[in-house]
Amino acid sequence: MIGRTAWPVRALAWGLVGLLVLPFLVIVPISLTDRAYLSLPDHALSLQHYRALFADTRWGEAFLRSLIIALCAAAISVLLGTLCAFGCWRLAPRTAHAVRALVLLPLIVPAIIQALAFYRTWSDLHLINTYTGVILANAILAIPFVFIAVSSALSHLDPRLELAASGLGASLGQTLRWVLIPLVLPGVFSGALFAFVAAFDELIVVLFITTRGMDTLPKMMWISLDYDLTPEVACIAVLIGLLTIALLLAEFVFGADTKRQAGNSPH
Amino acid sequence: MTARARLSPWLLLVLPAVALIGVMYLTPLLRVLWLSVSEPSLGFGNYRLLLTNATIQRVAGTTLWVCALTTILTVGLGYVIAYTMVHAGRVEMRLMLFCILLTFWLSVLVRSFAMLLLLRNDGLVNQLLLASGLVDHPIQFVRNATGVVIGMVHVMIPLAVLPLYAALRGIDPALMRAARGLGCGPLRAFAYVFWPLSRPGLAQACVLVFIFSLGFFVTPAILGGGKVVMMTEYIRLQFEQTLRWGLATMLASSLLLAVLLMLGLASRFLNMRRITGPAA
Repeated sequence: MIGRTAWPVRALAWGLVGLLVLPFLVIVPISLTDRAYLSLPDHALSLQHYRALFADTRWGEAFLRSLIIALCAAAISVLLGTLCAFGCWRLAPRTAHAVRALVLLPLIVPAIIQALAFYRTWSDLHLINTYTGVILANAILAIPFVFIAVSSALSHLDPRLELAASGLGASLGQTLRWVLIPLVLPGVFSGALFAFVAAFDELIVVLFITTRGMDTLPKMMWISLDYDLTPEVACIAVLIGLLTIALLLAEFVFGADTKRQAGNSPH
Repeated sequence: MTARARLSPWLLLVLPAVALIGVMYLTPLLRVLWLSVSEPSLGFGNYRLLLTNATIQRVAGTTLWVCALTTILTVGLGYVIAYTMVHAGRVEMRLMLFCILLTFWLSVLVRSFAMLLLLRNDGLVNQLLLASGLVDHPIQFVRNATGVVIGMVHVMIPLAVLPLYAALRGIDPALMRAARGLGCGPLRAFAYVFWPLSRPGLAQACVLVFIFSLGFFVTPAILGGGKVVMMTEYIRLQFEQTLRWGLATMLASSLLLAVLLMLGLASRFLNMRRITGPAA
């Protein structure tokens, strides 16, 4: 330890972190306003806009639709991303490097370009405005999150465990099932959560590859931002935020502590 | 070695993901690149517009300076947070990290919407300013570049803090103690020891933030209110309103090539692997 940071720097840092969280903290009271428009509560807190939100079936349908899409997309990306991370772990460095570059590509390519690309190909394959199309696109975009989380968990694993298992006569399938996957389960869990959140929140690609009747929650929110800014939008924003907080807490408790690992292992 | 690797059963494990991404992702991307040189006619006619069309140049200019300003502010402020985190106690560090990760994972749409409620003319910030008598008229924070930059910095800070934190943690604290022991004041020790050692991390964070800023769509659309047209928004306009696929794909391809070029240069000169994933 070289002692604490000088207090002005520390105060500035905490001020900045406060500003980061502030917008979300502010929409909570706004969503509880007793007025008919977006503002802080005047006299009392009121749940009227939450009631209106739950009474409006369109929001409920959009939530279910987003949930189905995110769950399916996360399932596909967890399966493919985990297997791929295992493969990369033991492949020759040159091959592994090429695979890694390909699999991480969706993180780097700007969303608008992916949206154009998906739109063009999905129209040819008649996947526009279908669950299959939206799930497939979201699964592809979520694979990198799973891949990174599982790779990070694997990098802390002793490769001799795999040798020991195969030396004792286990097939690759058995080694994976009984030895490797249980050891990196927290990493898989983190990857699954991140994949779910990414797929649940995806907006731009969904805007391009869906038309009417396929509104996800973010898409509904986007449309109402354009047309009518009602307090219901603030309620939806709060609910999405609470869902994210819950998932992140679950990740902190059950997931691989990838953050600390990232800090500890600068390779 | 390569022959054995090709036969390796581990290759089967990467195959599903590689096949899916290769067929359903990479191929569509390459088709976008191809469209940019084949629509409406074969050749580099679309790319010539980059040099001749004043609107495109203005949009590109706006994009570049907004992203540059965002990058400088984000990395500067992110450095302060990362520096404090590195030197904080365990509890303080975890608390900061949780706040950063929470913002990182919170939907960009939700965050930009919340920002809009704070910054618009009858928003909370202006209400506070008016009530305190500091201003007579609300200050215009949204529907202009100010709002876009504030919103983008807000969204980007976690993205800068995480790699900066990893980089700053790697600096040996004994070096600072040695500098202090040799008679340096805290400021001099920082300026001559800590700062130079943190420059590679800073460069990485800059590249990362700049690249992601270029692709921003939601925040400029919500906080710019159509007044600050960035490249992504302009591409969407070409797609939705004028259906000029040649132009849209040319701009998309240029953006993609710019991003990949920057990343390529950066990984040549900086160790980017620390960011793209803690590979084995």
